[in-house]
Order: sequence, then C-alpha cells, then structure tokens
Amino acid sequence: MFKTIANLRIGEKAFIEKLCLDNIPLKLLEMGCLPGIEVQLIQTAPLNDPLYIKVNGSHLAIRRETAEKITVVK
Amino acid sequence: MSDDKVVKVALIGNPNTGKTSLFNQLTGLKQKVGNYPGITVEKKQGICKLSNTIRAEVTDLPGTYSINPTSLDETLVLDTLLNEKNDSFPDVIIVVVEIENIKRNLLLFTQIKDLKIPTILVINMIDQMKRKGINIDVKQLEEKLNTKIVLASARKNIGVEELKEVILNYKKLDTSSIAKITDRIDEDYFIRLKNAFPEFPLYKSWLLITQNNEFDFLTNEQRKLVLTFREDLGCIKKYQHKETILRYQIINDVLKESFNVDKSKATDLRGILDRILTHKIFGYVIFALILLFIFQGIFDWATYPMDLIDGAFASLSSWVKTVLPPGTFTNLIAEGIVPGIGGVVIFIPQIAILFTFISILEETGYMSRVVFLMDKIMRKFGMSGKSVIPLISGTACAIPAIMASRNIGNWKERLITILVIPFTTCSARLPVYAILIALIIPNQTVLGILNLQGLTMMALYLLGFTAAIFSAILLNKVLKIEGKTLFIIEMPNYKIPSLKNIIYEVIQKTKAFVFGAGKIILAISIVLWFLASNGPSKFKNAEETITAKIENTQLSKRELQKKVASYKLQHSYIGYMGKSIEPVIKPMGYDWKIGIALISSFAAREVFVGALATIYNVDNDSENAGTIKQRMSAEVNPKTGEKRFNFPTGISLLLFYAFAMQCVGTLAIVKRETNSWRWPILQLVGMGILAYVSAVLAFNILN
Repeated sequence: MFKTIANLRIGEKAFIEKLCLDNIPLKLLEMGCLPGIEVQLIQTAPLNDPLYIKVNGSHLAIRRETAEKITVVK
Repeated sequence: MSDDKVVKVALIGNPNTGKTSLFNQLTGLKQKVGNYPGITVEKKQGICKLSNTIRAEVTDLPGTYSINPTSLDETLVLDTLLNEKNDSFPDVIIVVVEIENIKRNLLLFTQIKDLKIPTILVINMIDQMKRKGINIDVKQLEEKLNTKIVLASARKNIGVEELKEVILNYKKLDTSSIAKITDRIDEDYFIRLKNAFPEFPLYKSWLLITQNNEFDFLTNEQRKLVLTFREDLGCIKKYQHKETILRYQIINDVLKESFNVDKSKATDLRGILDRILTHKIFGYVIFALILLFIFQGIFDWATYPMDLIDGAFASLSSWVKTVLPPGTFTNLIAEGIVPGIGGVVIFIPQIAILFTFISILEETGYMSRVVFLMDKIMRKFGMSGKSVIPLISGTACAIPAIMASRNIGNWKERLITILVIPFTTCSARLPVYAILIALIIPNQTVLGILNLQGLTMMALYLLGFTAAIFSAILLNKVLKIEGKTLFIIEMPNYKIPSLKNIIYEVIQKTKAFVFGAGKIILAISIVLWFLASNGPSKFKNAEETITAKIENTQLSKRELQKKVASYKLQHSYIGYMGKSIEPVIKPMGYDWKIGIALISSFAAREVFVGALATIYNVDNDSENAGTIKQRMSAEVNPKTGEKRFNFPTGISLLLFYAFAMQCVGTLAIVKRETNSWRWPILQLVGMGILAYVSAVLAFNILN
C-alpha cells in the first residue's frame, strides 16, 4: 500500500518518493517539496486538515487532498 | 536637480524576508504608492539618495517565492522583469533573502540571476546569525553565485550604507549565470528555443513560453512563435519539474561548502508557540480574544478622538459663520465644505487602529496560523482559510479587502469571498450605526459591565458576519465552478513586529483611504449643499409665499425665518428628489429627508451622516448649529409629533445599512477583480432586495 504525507503520524518523518506535476502545483516543488527530501508532519489543524509540515527547511501548511498525492517511504 | 542621474532598482524577495523593512530603510518617508496601469496592485516606490548627484528609484515588488507566478501580484513581478519598455524595468535587482530559509530563498535568486540583469544578493537578519548558530563564508558564496553579497539587518540599519555603495557601482556586477541549467534539462530543446528568440536571454524566452500570460511587448511574430512552443504542454511541465530539482541541487552544492548551522544552538520557541496558538481549543479561544480586543479598540478607544473631531468641526462651522461676512460663499464653506471634510477626518482614528492591529498580526507571523486554523471551517462555507484576512480587513474597508483576496488560489473560493465581503461591517457603516444607536438605544449599563449601546454595535457586527456566512453557503451551493486547489502557505517564524514598519503601513493605508474615499465624500457634500440651497421658482419666492400665508398670525422674526428655511428645503432640487422616492421608502418608515441621505449614500455609505448634517443645517436655525446628533434628535415627524428617529425607524435604517450594497467604489473594484459586470450587479441587486425586505419587515413589526 502507498503511504502518503497524509498517512504520517504527528512528529513522524519520511522521505518523499514521488510527486507528479499533473496534480501537484509547481509551487509546492519550488517551496522545497522534492523527491528524496525528508518531510516531517509537525501538526494537523483542529479538524485534521490542513497539515503543517516541515520540508527542506521550509514550514508549510498544505491541504489533506494535496498531501494525499505525495507518496513517501521510510 | 534635473541633471541628476537616476538608477532604477527593483527589490524582490520571498514574503517574510524583511524586504519591506529594507525598503523603508532605503527610502524613508520618501515613498509613494500608486497603481500599476490597468490593475489595482499597489506599486510602492521610493527615492534613495546614493550620492550628491545620483539617486535610486526603488520599486518594492510584491513578495514572491518564485518567478513562476500563481497570482496577480506575482504576475506583476514577472512582467516588470521581462518587459524592458516598462518604466520600472530595473537597472539593478536586489534579491533579499533571509538567513534562516536561505535555501528556499536562493531558488528565486538563481532564477532572477538567469535573466542577465545586474543582481545584488542581500542576506538579511544577520543579527540572528550567532544566536542560531549559523556560519557563512561570504567570499566563497560570492564566488559560487557570481554575485556581490551584502550582509544586512534591515531592522537594525546594518548593511544599508554598504548596499547603497554596491548599487552605485552596479555596472561592475557579474551578469553571468550560475550554471548552465538549460543544458542539463534538454540541450537540443533549448538550442531550438535559443534560435527562435536570438534577441532574448535564453531564460527569458523560457519564461515567455511557460507562462500563460499575454506579453504585450512581444511583436506579432514573436507571439506566434511563443504559441507554437506552448503547444507542447507535457514537455514544458516536465522541464519545469526538472529545472526546479536541478536548481535545488545547485543550491545544495553551493551551501554545503559555504554555509553551516550548528543545530545544538537551535531553540524550539516556534514549536512551543505553535502548539499553543494552533491548539484545538486554545487556538480558537486566543483568536476570539484577539478579535474581541481589536473590536474593543475600534469601538471604544476610537470614540474619544472621534467625538473630539465631531465637536471641533461643528465649532469650526459656527466660527466660520461669525468671522466671514454672510453670503453664499460663507454658506458654502460653513455648510458644505467644513462638514464635508469633517465627515472624512472622523474616520481616521478607527481606520488607523484597525490597520495597526492587522499589521501587527501580519508582522508577527500570527496571520498564517489563523489561516491554518480556519481553513477547514471556511471551506464548509465555500471559502478558504485565506478568506479570513480579507473578511477581517473588510471591517475597515471592502476595497482593500477585496484586493487582499487575490492570494486565494482557487477561483470559486476567491469569488465567494469577494461577493460576501461587502456584508462585513466596514468603517463607513460605523458613523451611521454610531449616530443611530446613540439616538435610539439608551446609554445604559446591563449586567454590571456591559453597555447596551456597545452590545447593539456588537450585534450589528455579528449580523454582518452572519449574513456573509449564509450568503457564502448559498453561493457555494448555487455556483457551479470547478477549480484546482492551490493552497500552500508558509508558516513563518514568529517575529517581534517592527514599530517602524507598522507606522509606515498605517500611515500609508490611512492616507490611501482618506484621499481615495475622501474626495468622493467631499465632492458629494458640496453637490448636496448646492442642491439643497438652490431650487426652481417656488424656492426663489419662498419668503413672499410664507409672508403672505401667515399675514394674520403673530410670529416672531425667528420663527418666520425657520418657516422660510423649511419651505425652501422642501422646494429645493434635493427636496424634489427626496420626495419623488418617498413612496418607495415609506414602507421602511422614512421621509423625504432620509430619502435624500439614502440617495446620496449610494455613492458611499458614510455620506449618510454628512448628508443629514447638511440637510438639517440648511433646515435649522443656523445660529445654533450644534452637533449632528443634537440636530437629528430634535427632528420631529410632523404627522405623529414623535421623534423622527424613533425606535422602529432607527432599527429599519440600521438593517438597511447593514445589508444594502451602497458603495460605488466597491462595485468598481469587484468589476475589475472579477473582470465582469455580472458579479457587481448580482451584489447590488441581491443585497438591495435583502436590505429592503428586512427594513420593511422590521419597521412594520416594531411599529
């Protein structure tokens, strides 16, 4: 089964495996979300959405639907 | 001064890098804010003296993470840098990066560098270097990036003089690229591109074809070529992807040798604050308390200077009348211009207080946490977490609020936000509310500490927000628009706000409001005064008519004058206008005088108070002008003998002003931002119906 950023537990770290530009905005890549980079889920907002992540030194908030499209490996 | 040389400088950088602080340090108060032609994005420019004969014209471009735009503000950055005919096209670019996020910040720098324009790199916030355990080898970094680096701390005015020196010598800057990225993406493709546009730097050509913009500086032939290249969309996306990865690789290599962080020095203040401020319960409690505090400021603190201003302008009017000889000119000043200006000045305290709070929240980094907290909730209403800031700004003025909605990436969410913003209680409604509440709600304390008038004001705010939320839910159901989500927000580090930045921001926003809306209000006040003090034949013969009518009764001179003035107003141009709409507004409980105020406030709501002031001033015995409130309170309904502004009429007016779309400025902005007349017309009609129906219902139930 694929694991995505949306499946991470709070505080958990993993490496980004793949993201496809067809459904991921270029801006996310430019903010540092790149394949092979470590990502950490820092917190989720009160209704479990959006997600607050740390990636490549950047602290970002993205929506769950976007996070579900980024697969990660341990 | 005309033989001075001017260097054009563009300031560019990610949001939250202290770019604005640097701009303020460079230019001081020698700033002007204009609009870019055709669009309403603010263009901030300032002058900086470099030497006795050379000045720099600095343009502060909107903050952006990359040169590939995702919003209108960012498109503007791209356009300024690509179009050589643009009058802000820079001789030299300053890229501002922040020490802590240097890696991501450098992405933008490497993109800009490829445009072959002289570029200076400013590394900001170096005062925090030691505390954060950061070490930079500037020399090595300069070599690897082919640039001149200035270490600065804009807030502490460190490095600013050195930067000016570097700007002066901009012609010596190296304009070569850092690495031939294009070769590493697909050499053949980029040779083809190079041959297609031999006159442009290669990276510029690449940007021309990757963006969907119409670049109007291109010739027809160039445009055709651009379109051919754009057809291969799959290729473009793939290469953009590759380009970003390559840029990060280069940056990583560069930083590996010249930049290091001692992790043991890192503190987790951010983590602690985040856990509290975005907590499931405390997060909302804190946000609610902050909002309450802001409203307290607007309603409570602002009333003191506002009362002073109100009183001062009333005395000024009377003073003008005693000093100047009686006549049309004196009347124009005392009854038209002075109350008109007063009606503008009275807003300054509230607007300044609101913008102070908003800029503090933005400067500290707290606003991003609000967006994060509110996103899911706002999405239930068809909006975005980013809609919260525009909705809060809407409590000052809908116009900047609608412009602030630009960074909402999803079109449907943005459109709904724009459509419902005018329901939030803007400061133009405040004077209307304030005066009506003072007239119909007793100044009483309930439950020990709460003031009844304050509570009514609070209820009206809630009413505005409720109306906004319900119409958003409705629009979300009705509008069938599918759009891609683009919701990525940076959660910046918490910062202590800079007093200087806040002061500049508040001065600028307040000035923009006073001079923008102020002109309309003043103009309308003067037109109103003219319409009220002139009229057709019956108006001119007022004195004879009245004298003839009351020949037999014994009246003092004073009472006679009063009768004449009242007769004159009824038969003035504006009197006829008010009377012609009386049948329509009667079900809401209004007479023709309120009708006049209503007509005039369709240009801008705040004119209501000024209009009534003008009307009653003309109507009243002009020797004891008094404040607007006293004059309104004295107004009596001739049929019932009751006060004109009694409880049912007052409530009906409050509801009408809460819901109706009475602002020409907002309609114009909505048209511009949505590029269609459809949406402003929908607002005008929809909000108008809601206002009319609720006012009629309220008046008839209460009466």
